[in-house]
Amino acid sequence: MYIYIVKRLLFLIPTILGIILIIFAVMNVTPGDPGRAILGVSARQDEVDALNHQLGYDLPFLQKYVNYIKNIVTKGDFGISYFTKQSVFDEIWPRFVLTIKLALCGILLSTLIGVPMGIYAAVKQYSLYDTIPSLIAFFIASIPGFVLGMVLLYVFSLKLNILPSYGAKTIRHLIMPVFAISISAAAQNMRFTKSSMLESVRQDYVRTARAKGLPESTVIWKHALKNALLPVVTQIGLNLGLLICGAVVIEKLFSLPGIGGLIVDRISFKDEPVIIAGTILIAVCFTIVMLIVDLVYAYIDPRIRAKYSRTSTK
Amino acid sequence: MNDQMVIAEDDAVEEFRRENQTKEIWRRFKKSKGSLVGLFLLVIILLLVIFANFITSYDLAIKQDPSKILEAPSMEHPFGCDNYGRDVLARTIHGGRISLGIAVLATLCSCVVGSLLGAVAGYFGGVIDSVIMRTLDIFMSVPDILFTMAIVVAFGSSFTVLLLALTVAFFTNYVRLVRSQVLNLSEQDYIEASRAGGAGNARIIFSHILPNSIGVIIVNVTLNVAKIIIYESTLSFLGLGMPPPQPDWGLMLSEAREFMRKAPFLMFFPGTAIVLCAVAVNFIGDGLRDALDPHLKS
Repeated sequence: MYIYIVKRLLFLIPTILGIILIIFAVMNVTPGDPGRAILGVSARQDEVDALNHQLGYDLPFLQKYVNYIKNIVTKGDFGISYFTKQSVFDEIWPRFVLTIKLALCGILLSTLIGVPMGIYAAVKQYSLYDTIPSLIAFFIASIPGFVLGMVLLYVFSLKLNILPSYGAKTIRHLIMPVFAISISAAAQNMRFTKSSMLESVRQDYVRTARAKGLPESTVIWKHALKNALLPVVTQIGLNLGLLICGAVVIEKLFSLPGIGGLIVDRISFKDEPVIIAGTILIAVCFTIVMLIVDLVYAYIDPRIRAKYSRTSTK
Repeated sequence: MNDQMVIAEDDAVEEFRRENQTKEIWRRFKKSKGSLVGLFLLVIILLLVIFANFITSYDLAIKQDPSKILEAPSMEHPFGCDNYGRDVLARTIHGGRISLGIAVLATLCSCVVGSLLGAVAGYFGGVIDSVIMRTLDIFMSVPDILFTMAIVVAFGSSFTVLLLALTVAFFTNYVRLVRSQVLNLSEQDYIEASRAGGAGNARIIFSHILPNSIGVIIVNVTLNVAKIIIYESTLSFLGLGMPPPQPDWGLMLSEAREFMRKAPFLMFFPGTAIVLCAVAVNFIGDGLRDALDPHLKS
């Protein structure tokens, strides 16, 4: 088991370096240079060149890449924003925290709604508890998050006037955004849990458990559910990607000071350091969550645990 | 002489089998009412979009008329007019052309790129497989929207860039899908038999592996079309999609947002259009899955 964890942790390093390389390479194609962007159009060419040199912009691509990583690792320095001229890290961090908060609330809410409904729909297959929620989940899967957000905004802020339409000062401000990003993930969770549960009910060991004369509730809760929830854990981890994607749009819609909204805003200013740093932070966070999911999965699934304890003794 | 007869007979049997299979798939497809409703909806939407020019001219979709700013729906303008006094009906129909056109093209591109990579990885295995799959892992650990934003920042927003961004965001599904199909099928007895019979790589891929995995790919393509429609509208909403004044559903919604209080109908029409398209395609996808792959039916 430890070997598995160490192996996965070590693989994290090339993954993160790879992510940075790809983002860096894409950004490197962009015309324009930091000196011109910081000093403005009216600056003299030699001043611009001097600043570019000072920032290390005139170095070859790979060297820039290595320097960038060196600065992050040794000094926690993500560069200086072209737009506000402030340290990128200071600007990004509080916004990053808000986005993560939003995404985590989203994961919590979508799991709490989706998973139990999926289980119930599978247990009561073909009853109204199955068909109606399934149909609703089906329709929700076809609605973009921002359309849902706009409808919520229209109903609860403009018509009923009970929830604030922008900002992130209090919990009340976060109700609609969290709801708007969770609902499609909840629908996905429900569909996924349901099919996983139906799959598991059809397995031989469930038939064996029934044949032994165990009460139906024991069969469902102890035998079928435990196995059905394994793939659901992975699905919940994957939801984070979906939620971050949703958060970017929802932050823009509800004017929340999150990292997604920040990146979108800075795109028109070509504020590369902020965009690169924001993208890397989110991607790294996503990678770490996926790693945690894999480790949890290995921990709760005895088959995977057994596989690794066997190979590690060899 | 004898050989030729056998071949002719084989062809006839093959033809009969194919015809029967199509009928069988259609029979299973139409069993669910949802998929028929979806098909009906999609045909109507496609007809509207393809014959957009006969219904209303493109000029109406971009012509600004200051006297009609935010005009409510009327006989002359059934969907009303937007903040520049442009006819919303014309914009919705012509917007569908762009939104759906991109969605279909992006689906095809991502399917071709992803399937090829997946087939190569699965069929050849070894180092090639490792390189493709590890690179894919890195690609998959960046949420799609971030990639898209990076690409748009680097190249600016246009039709081609949007197509590229959507392809990059969606090709990963197909790589994994096709690779696992190829790996699965390669182990089947009939592939072994075919190889023992002297068939080469190309023959095995094109006459055994491809026909056997096409069903799963088609189902995935259909379900992805819906996702791409939604994703494309999201990008346009953020201003990362088609540049204005082109009509595009996401872009229309983004403009409508500011006039939500005065003219809520502005967000109603493009919003409904997106949802209807996605619902129709999803219904068809679900029906196809049940029809093409009875094992998956739950």
